[in-house]
Amino acid sequence: MKILVALKQVPDTETKIKVAADGKSLDPADVKWITSPYDEYALEEAIRLKEGKGAEVVALSVGGDTAKDVLKNALALGADSAVLLKGDGQGDAFAVAQMIAAYAKDKGFDLILCGNKGLGGDNAAMGPMLAELLGIAQANVIVKLELGEGTFKAEREIEGGSEIVEGALPAVITAQKGLNEPRYASLKGIMAAKKKTIEELDAAAVTAGAQVSALALPPERPAGRLLQGDAAQQAQALLQALKDEAKVF
Amino acid sequence: MILVFCELKDGQIRKPSAEALSEGRRLADASGKKVGALFAGASCAGAAEAAKFGADVILTAEGATLASYSSDAFAQLLADAVKAKGATVLLAAATAVGKDVLPRAAARLGAGYASDVTGLSMADGKLQAVRPVYAGKAFATTTFSSAVQTATTRPNVFPAAEKAGAGAVETLAAPAGDFKSVVKEILAKAGGKVDLSEANVIVSGGRGMKDGANFKILEELADALGGVVGASRAAVDAGWGLPHSMQVGQTGKVVSPTLYIACGISGAIQHIAGMSGSKFIVAINKDPEAPIFKLANYGIVGDLFEVVPELTKAAKAMGIGQN
Repeated sequence: MKILVALKQVPDTETKIKVAADGKSLDPADVKWITSPYDEYALEEAIRLKEGKGAEVVALSVGGDTAKDVLKNALALGADSAVLLKGDGQGDAFAVAQMIAAYAKDKGFDLILCGNKGLGGDNAAMGPMLAELLGIAQANVIVKLELGEGTFKAEREIEGGSEIVEGALPAVITAQKGLNEPRYASLKGIMAAKKKTIEELDAAAVTAGAQVSALALPPERPAGRLLQGDAAQQAQALLQALKDEAKVF
Repeated sequence: MILVFCELKDGQIRKPSAEALSEGRRLADASGKKVGALFAGASCAGAAEAAKFGADVILTAEGATLASYSSDAFAQLLADAVKAKGATVLLAAATAVGKDVLPRAAARLGAGYASDVTGLSMADGKLQAVRPVYAGKAFATTTFSSAVQTATTRPNVFPAAEKAGAGAVETLAAPAGDFKSVVKEILAKAGGKVDLSEANVIVSGGRGMKDGANFKILEELADALGGVVGASRAAVDAGWGLPHSMQVGQTGKVVSPTLYIACGISGAIQHIAGMSGSKFIVAINKDPEAPIFKLANYGIVGDLFEVVPELTKAAKAMGIGQN
């Protein structure tokens, strides 16, 4: 069994967002880069499959030199090898899906795992686009995964509950919080990862479908009002304000 | 043509789909285009309602093979309909199905895709989308370079305005079976309550609730206001037995209700990412320095265990949520 895990490097949640001089991208100064948390669930699932059934796990990322940190971490956690598709990382989900599809198409992967969305960009698009480009099955926002002989059974989150999706391998499965509890890298893993090399390839030339033309900070919310008095008075004042001023009711 | 994929539930158009269709109508009016509403399933009974939200054409694909949702089958159906109709814009609501099928259909069409958008406009046939990024700390304007342009609309953001359309019904052939994946079973459907992402009023609890059992007072307030209950990650991860499906935030649900009442929630960035799109925010917290107050339209500094029951009592007395 051969598993590809696609990992994205993203700004940490706590990053203070500053717009770069071009008016359409994130100012990279002071940004702390992390592996997108949903991708960590994907990687953990791949490693558990490797431990349980035996599998070869290839970690992949698209980006520049800084994305190597994500791959080094994946190797330390248990990925067998790592591939960096070198690109500027600025493409849309469709561009990235095409780059990964061009890499993966002849490699015989049985399973491709990634996060259900990249933290921050929140497109939730790369996985299903990759599945379509490769002409294989998909199951998104997965909280439980079981593999059979050439088949999968996955539980996916939907409004007000979940549903069971069944399909044929190969497949793209996108992970959601709840799928597993990702481990931390062990010292042994970190030492072993130092001996492994990251394969660097030029990403395929592709055409994006969309681009960000402007990035702007949200308008400030108007200053709020504190309601005074005891609990009963505060409650009464709040409902009255919601009714008369906000016209919520 | 602007084609809008719509979902039916119990023979009626789902509200997020009506919102997407209605937005499609507005874009079409602004650009002199026609609007098509596309339905698929074992039965499309109820699809005629699309005319009320401005559909010029109602496309229905009915068949046993479409009884259960299949990502690849529905993506193929959508892409084929776009090609057959020469549509240049494909929209759907950012629901579980919409977010699953649109990107796949977009890839099939070689089209750009903007997900979970909160604003759309059209000039010279080119679609422009605005969407929140980086936990709502910024808004990105997306433009398209592909011939077909696709987007999903965030529920509860676009108004579902009634506007009569011609509603001429055309049928599409259902795809033959043998799909790559298919939904086999739907589990744990919440009993009758609307989902957080579609709710108009949300009462949410955080670490300040102290225990899962205390969420009962939030349930009572939500019932009185006609809303549903959510939770912060701190509450869900506290081992109080709250399901992840209740979680509002970056790793939970992104919601945009008319009213969001945050009870005992400090306002960590990860929580704000999920609810900053709410129209009115109320914060109830005993810590006056809690960051949630910076976001709130109305704040109550006090003990939520006193304030929340008083709110429930007052809401009942005022007859709120009864209409």
